[in-house]
Amino acid sequence: MNAPVNPPKLYDCRDAFAATLERLAAENETIVAVCNDSVGSSKLGGFKSKFPDRLVNVGIAEQNMVGVGAGLANGGRLPYVCGASPFLTGRSLEQIKADISYSNANVKLVGISSGMAYGELGPTHHSIEDFAWTRVLPNLPVIAPCDRIETAAAVEWAASYNGPCFLRLSRVGVPDLLPEGHKFEVGKANLLREGSDVTLIANGTLTHRIVKAAEILAGRGIKARVLNMATVRPIDEAAIIAAANETGAIVTAEEHSIFGGLGSAVAEVVVDNTPVPMKRLGVPGVYAPTGSAEFLLDEFGMAPAAIADAAQALIKRK
Amino acid sequence: MEPSELERVARQIRLRDLQAVYEAGAGHIGGEMSVIDLLTALYFRVLRVWPDQPRHPDRDRFVLSKGHTACALYVTLAKRGFIPEEEISTFLKPHSRLNGHPNCNKVPGVETNTGPLGHGLPVAVGMAKAAKLSGAKYHTYVVTGDGEMQEGSNWEAIMAAYQFRLDNLTLIIDHNRFQQGASLSDTNDLAPLRPKLEAFGWEVSEINGNDMHAIVPALEHRSDRPHCIVAHTNKGHGISFMQDRVDWHHKVPSKEQYEIALAELSEAL
Repeated sequence: MNAPVNPPKLYDCRDAFAATLERLAAENETIVAVCNDSVGSSKLGGFKSKFPDRLVNVGIAEQNMVGVGAGLANGGRLPYVCGASPFLTGRSLEQIKADISYSNANVKLVGISSGMAYGELGPTHHSIEDFAWTRVLPNLPVIAPCDRIETAAAVEWAASYNGPCFLRLSRVGVPDLLPEGHKFEVGKANLLREGSDVTLIANGTLTHRIVKAAEILAGRGIKARVLNMATVRPIDEAAIIAAANETGAIVTAEEHSIFGGLGSAVAEVVVDNTPVPMKRLGVPGVYAPTGSAEFLLDEFGMAPAAIADAAQALIKRK
Repeated sequence: MEPSELERVARQIRLRDLQAVYEAGAGHIGGEMSVIDLLTALYFRVLRVWPDQPRHPDRDRFVLSKGHTACALYVTLAKRGFIPEEEISTFLKPHSRLNGHPNCNKVPGVETNTGPLGHGLPVAVGMAKAAKLSGAKYHTYVVTGDGEMQEGSNWEAIMAAYQFRLDNLTLIIDHNRFQQGASLSDTNDLAPLRPKLEAFGWEVSEINGNDMHAIVPALEHRSDRPHCIVAHTNKGHGISFMQDRVDWHHKVPSKEQYEIALAELSEAL
């Protein structure tokens, strides 16, 4: 009989976001949090009790929220504008374009509960278009951290970066993947596992699933390289080109539509530079049925074993 | 600057705006003529700004939310010393920084990019809120069009401004009664604006927005609440055949019309 295996501890990345923001705010009085009646869901309760005057709650009014963020930055404040990602990005996309990206306002947009996090609440609440909407905008790094350590590092990086960015966070628990003390570097992939037969690329909640898929593939004698690609824009072209040249096949997996997201961004680099077979896993252009985030990711072919199967099938096309 | 002097400057700005639109073959001349008196009073009397230090932290903030009337803003900024006056002749030319809608990263004196309607007031609310948070003493002004007030984002911002008790914010609505395609009353009639703003907790003044003697005290007024000035203006003000005509939203005068307009504005000087 096999020995019992303790599942790894899972962390809600919003906790790392909130703790880091509170720590930064204690050091930097210009930091303000802006939200849309989302003190609870953005985990800003601690911030509110520590810095009550620096919590700007605009109510349920996302277009105004993003504009207010731009104005706060103009007045010398450092705003983190937080809201559920489907509404922050979708409802105020033109404000993000004109007031934040085009104006190059020093505003940190924080999309909470992205992807399928609100699985059971239905497609109106799924945020599987936000990469596509934001990554076409100049001046706007688009970042989806994979664990609590990378979340904290990205939130800290954002405070030191003089310009706007979009941080895409989930609320679904994920295990630790990166080492404590990891420093976030915008536009740089992290190599989580070396391999020569195929490369698996993901970010956010999908990274731990591709790590597991690589373990499954190893059991089948297939060496999969694993890249955590937190930054969708600017994307790490060098890591993608090296992966294409050195492993000859790439699988991407994302909690997003397969149209316009991470897989599309990787595919653009691949076709422009060194075409190799690719498989893009994600939501295939449909509205999802009811179910939890974990259920839906499995349903759309992103259980670790299914990712491994997709990689194995892809290798045959090399 | 006293009102009589401001009137003289406004006429000069009208003349230069007319020339720029005629030479560029494009522009939004009707709305430019209606807003020029407000811009003149702001830049030559009210705003505390330093053209040689356009990002001075203590500067008053001004946002032209009706960004399509950028040419009037450029002429005003040039006259006030933010950009060279001769640069106006590049308006809309390839690679000119004087785009059809103002850009804050290229044109000194522009605070935020505008163009799509309903953006300026939310950003101005953020600017005023920033001053409340930091203790800065600057005042924030924003000019919207009246048709622009049909955008829901403005009403989100109006609610927030009162909730945040922004007594350092002045909204000026250029109420020229026309939008791009028709009169306001034939589209989505917001008039009367005053009771709507008052219902949201704002203090409201109603003035003739083409009369400097009314504009100056309204802009200098302060209270304990956000302040809205409903400025009754005329689209095409100063040019007889343009006045109150919807088709002059973004029409360009013919040579004959240009000469008539030029004579009328010159005569006024």
